[in-house]
Amino acid sequence: MTEKKIRVLVAKPGLDGHDRGAKVVARALRDAGMEVIYTGLRQTPEMIAEAALQEDVDAVGLSILSGAHMALAPRILELLDANGQSNVKVFLGGIIPDEDVPQLKTMGITGIYGPGTSTEDIVREIRAAVLVEPAV
Amino acid sequence: MKNLVEALLAGDRLALTRLLTQVENGTQDGRTALTELFQHTGNAHLVGVTGAPGVGKSSLVNQLALHFRKHTNKTIAIIAVDPTSPFTGGAVLGDRVRMRNLAGDDGVFIRSMASRGTLGGLAHATSAMVQVFDAAGFDIILIETVGAGQAEVDIARLAHTTLVVDAPGMGDDIQAIKAGILEIADILVINKADHPGLENTERALRGMLEMAHPIKHIFQHHGKFEIAESPSDVQDNTSQIWIPPIQKTIANDGTGIPELAESIERHATYLESSGDWRLRERSRLETELDALIQDTLINQFRSKLPEEAYDRVLARILERKLSPWEAVETLMNGRHK
Repeated sequence: MTEKKIRVLVAKPGLDGHDRGAKVVARALRDAGMEVIYTGLRQTPEMIAEAALQEDVDAVGLSILSGAHMALAPRILELLDANGQSNVKVFLGGIIPDEDVPQLKTMGITGIYGPGTSTEDIVREIRAAVLVEPAV
Repeated sequence: MKNLVEALLAGDRLALTRLLTQVENGTQDGRTALTELFQHTGNAHLVGVTGAPGVGKSSLVNQLALHFRKHTNKTIAIIAVDPTSPFTGGAVLGDRVRMRNLAGDDGVFIRSMASRGTLGGLAHATSAMVQVFDAAGFDIILIETVGAGQAEVDIARLAHTTLVVDAPGMGDDIQAIKAGILEIADILVINKADHPGLENTERALRGMLEMAHPIKHIFQHHGKFEIAESPSDVQDNTSQIWIPPIQKTIANDGTGIPELAESIERHATYLESSGDWRLRERSRLETELDALIQDTLINQFRSKLPEEAYDRVLARILERKLSPWEAVETLMNGRHK
């Protein structure tokens, strides 16, 4: 009866303490009609995967400014997989050097957004990625 | 769907989370699952937590869950409801921020819910989601409402035990008079008890309690009114009257949490021994049944009614040529044809 809502977990793994970007994205997704579960700072990959499971989200948005993305991103993908949530699309925002992008995409990160990306682009791409395969 | 139900009953968390989504979205699969799960429900203690925005409901729920996990072997499900934006239909659900130290415990399951346009502090599907957690075997289900105002009392119909949370400096003198929400409290919590104005808040709440629970009662059973502060005195007496205790807490550092947890358990014991548990179950299921009947009737009615007929009648109401009451009669009698 209710239309299918897109649920997105916005999380900030790692140790840097700047969640401004994550909050801006969270608001943009909300304004686009999505339900955003915001988990706050300093989340471990385990905490993120656990929250993604409990909330049955369609997508996870990670904000990483610390440079630890090559360690954190694959770990989170691995844990989602282990929980049976390989259908969940993972997006990455923050300071990600260009040379890392191809490898992150190969790992299974759906979208990567550096500073200056418009929130409309993020909204559009998340929606497109999530609605391709309807969630089970 | 059958498999999901079986997996859920066997403790599979992926099945649980998927079923919660189906139920929240009101799908046919969700309804089928609810029917299969229903016989497994009725065992959980449902605890509602309500109060104005910013009084510390999420922090309190977090501390209570930690306490129960540490000192009992009970498993805890948490449903945290946050408001949906009426303009975009979106929501930011931020209660997990305050519940981060529950992570990594398999005995805890936290689910955030957007209210999706329902007033009353709960979402439309909250009671159905509660049933799913209940069937999954969680011992205590903590239900945190959206920051509620004065009239949002749905939680009292759903929960066995309702906590109304207040904090010093929330303009209590006037709020206490409005009272609707205080009257649903089984336990009153003054959180942020280290903040200035504690005495005023406590006095206002106590005055409120006096009105809701006539002082004569309390004199009769307790000698003097102050004694009602301690729930143990309520327990001692054989007359089986529950006077809502006032518990002072500081959720940030855990002060007062053991006492609050104890009064929650005491309330459950009281409900069982007084027979109120059954009464509350009855009224909860009655509310549920009524809501379902309403939904079903409206859906049936609307599905038989051509959209144009409805619009035509609505247009006539708008022109003040037909009153809404006449309109209902016209539509129900099929005279619009």
